[in-house]
Amino acid sequence: MPKTLDAVALDQTVEITNISGSPFASKLTEMGLTKGQYIKAIFKAPFGDPIAFECNGNILSIRKEEASFIEIKVL
Amino acid sequence: MKIALVGNPNTGKSSVFNMLTGLRQQVGNFPGVTVDLRQGTLSLDHTQHTLLDLPGTYSIFPRSSEENVVREVLCNPTHPSHPDLVLFVADAAQIERNLLFFSQVYDLGIPVVLLLNMWDRALAKGLELDLQKITELFPGITIIQTNARVKLGKNRILERLASELSKPTQSFVGKEALSSEDATIQQQDANLRLEKIRAAQLVTNKKQEKISFSTKLDRLLTHPIWGYGIFALILMIIFQMIFTFASFPMDFIDAQFVHLSSWISEVLPEGQLSKLISQGLIPGIGGVLVFVPQIAILFFFIALLEETGYLSRVVFIMDKLMRPFGLNGKSVVPLLSSVACAIPGVMSARTISDPKERLITILVAPFMSCSARIPVYTLLISLVIPKTYLFGFINLQGLVLFGLYTLGIVFALLTAILLNLLLSKKQSGFHIMELPEYKAPRMANVGITVLEKAKLFITDAGKIIVAISILLWALASYGPNSREQQLQQLQNTAQYQNATAAAQEELYAATALSGSYMGQIGKAIEPAISPLGYDWKIGISLLTSFAAREVFVGSLATIYAVGDSASNLRLLDRMKQETKPNGEKVFTLATGLSLLVFYVFAMQCMATLAVVKRETKTWKWPLIQLAYMGFVAYLSAFAIFNLLS
Repeated sequence: MPKTLDAVALDQTVEITNISGSPFASKLTEMGLTKGQYIKAIFKAPFGDPIAFECNGNILSIRKEEASFIEIKVL
Repeated sequence: MKIALVGNPNTGKSSVFNMLTGLRQQVGNFPGVTVDLRQGTLSLDHTQHTLLDLPGTYSIFPRSSEENVVREVLCNPTHPSHPDLVLFVADAAQIERNLLFFSQVYDLGIPVVLLLNMWDRALAKGLELDLQKITELFPGITIIQTNARVKLGKNRILERLASELSKPTQSFVGKEALSSEDATIQQQDANLRLEKIRAAQLVTNKKQEKISFSTKLDRLLTHPIWGYGIFALILMIIFQMIFTFASFPMDFIDAQFVHLSSWISEVLPEGQLSKLISQGLIPGIGGVLVFVPQIAILFFFIALLEETGYLSRVVFIMDKLMRPFGLNGKSVVPLLSSVACAIPGVMSARTISDPKERLITILVAPFMSCSARIPVYTLLISLVIPKTYLFGFINLQGLVLFGLYTLGIVFALLTAILLNLLLSKKQSGFHIMELPEYKAPRMANVGITVLEKAKLFITDAGKIIVAISILLWALASYGPNSREQQLQQLQNTAQYQNATAAAQEELYAATALSGSYMGQIGKAIEPAISPLGYDWKIGISLLTSFAAREVFVGSLATIYAVGDSASNLRLLDRMKQETKPNGEKVFTLATGLSLLVFYVFAMQCMATLAVVKRETKTWKWPLIQLAYMGFVAYLSAFAIFNLLS
């Protein structure tokens, strides 16, 4: 099982390797979440969900469930 | 010329709109458009241009009804709002992602001007943009650097508008995919565009990003303890402000309309017309305007928090908590605003993009105990709840008040769960949200939001409220012929003749109201409300308080012949002495609590109904809300009364 974005530790920069199964794949692309993009979790909401990621200079709030569609590799 | 303002969310689009139109803007319905859009005018060399503010979106592919409008307007050249020119607002610091949507608009062949907004922030981040390369990528466009928050770039935009329009001279990747409904084709299109934009290497970053002040602040504001603590503190301050500052203008408006109506009744010749204007119309309009201070103050704070970027952090920390109820973090502000007044609460639900979650929020918001319930709560609590202390320090009356608020919140959430199960979902929700950077609020933007909301309420909901209040007034002030006889009889009684002038007036008003059509209805519904412990006098007050809950107190005062409705103390004494024909007290603990619970649940507010109609654009939902809340109110009041008596 490849690692997905919902399980990354804070402050760890990872690279997006694949987006699979999300009904919003094109929306993710539009928001800059594409293959090869570096992304870093910078803070979490209480209860650990949603998670705020820094991606290409902006901050995105992503629910864990939505993040689980995004496969990553740790750099 | 028709100009459309297009762009991603959080790019300062509304700042650009406000900069270009100032106060010459309004919210309105457009032919073929189902959502509210802002439109403004802009005059240039004596010609008027219209500027349409389209909802912010990340691409031409729609995910919500709002975004659907963007595609309809832009893709369909025969659409009545199809623009002659697009002003595309892009965040200069996020240029690659913004250009994706821009390239789609470009491919549609509409003349387009690219506004690189928030130019200063891109500079501060150490980003260098190669404008030459952008022009090479999109031949035929004009690029203007702007900083709308400080009104920079307005003249250059106006200059550009004055010159010849030029259409894009070639296509970027083509427009075939843009009208596709297929998710795979859409993603391929988005990918292709983004890759091509990135390949052009438009941006060089001279500074390496390090953990910024913003992230440190975020970690504090989203902290499990500090985050909620700070939010609670901010809320408390806002509510303090509302109760402190709204009461002055509200009392002022109230007093002015009383003056106005007595002035009119003196000036106009006596008759039905004078009565209609001075007692029906003027108080009706006053009843609309009296809500404006609360709406204005609440939206002032909401807009302020939104401008700074804090509001999206509130959504972030509340999201998980609201999910079990079929709501999301964005429902928090509408629900909490409803504690002050459900009207701005319902109006602020507009930020919720998911239509189902928005509808649920609107439907449950009136369960939150609003400030208009306070006079009813305090009167009834002091009537039936003894002033004692539990364990020596918990004030029992305060505890009951707390209980009523809690009851409202609990039922709002339970109803949300129920609606979540019952309503079908048209589309699965997409909740990825941008958290904008913190920035100082622009007061011009805040002010325009406040004006816009107040205007919307007065013009749209106002008409319905005035109409219903005239109807309620007519029912309460006219009656069948039998009323005249009753009034005649009253004037012949010894009690009346021996009373002082003030007392005579009180007795007369009480008899007039009980004999009116409203009084007849009140008596007619007595069989329906006596299982709840109410008599016809309470029935009349329930009916009249449909105008606004606090009217309940005034109606009781009239019907118990207490001339000055402001003196709650005297009213309280009268109510305490009130007995049924069989000698039992009317206001027992059972009746009092039953009434209190009734007011927690019942949709006794025509203004809220009018606003729900405005926001959902149909009478269906306000009527369902009225029926459902009435049903819950009736059943729980019935249960309470029968348990206690």
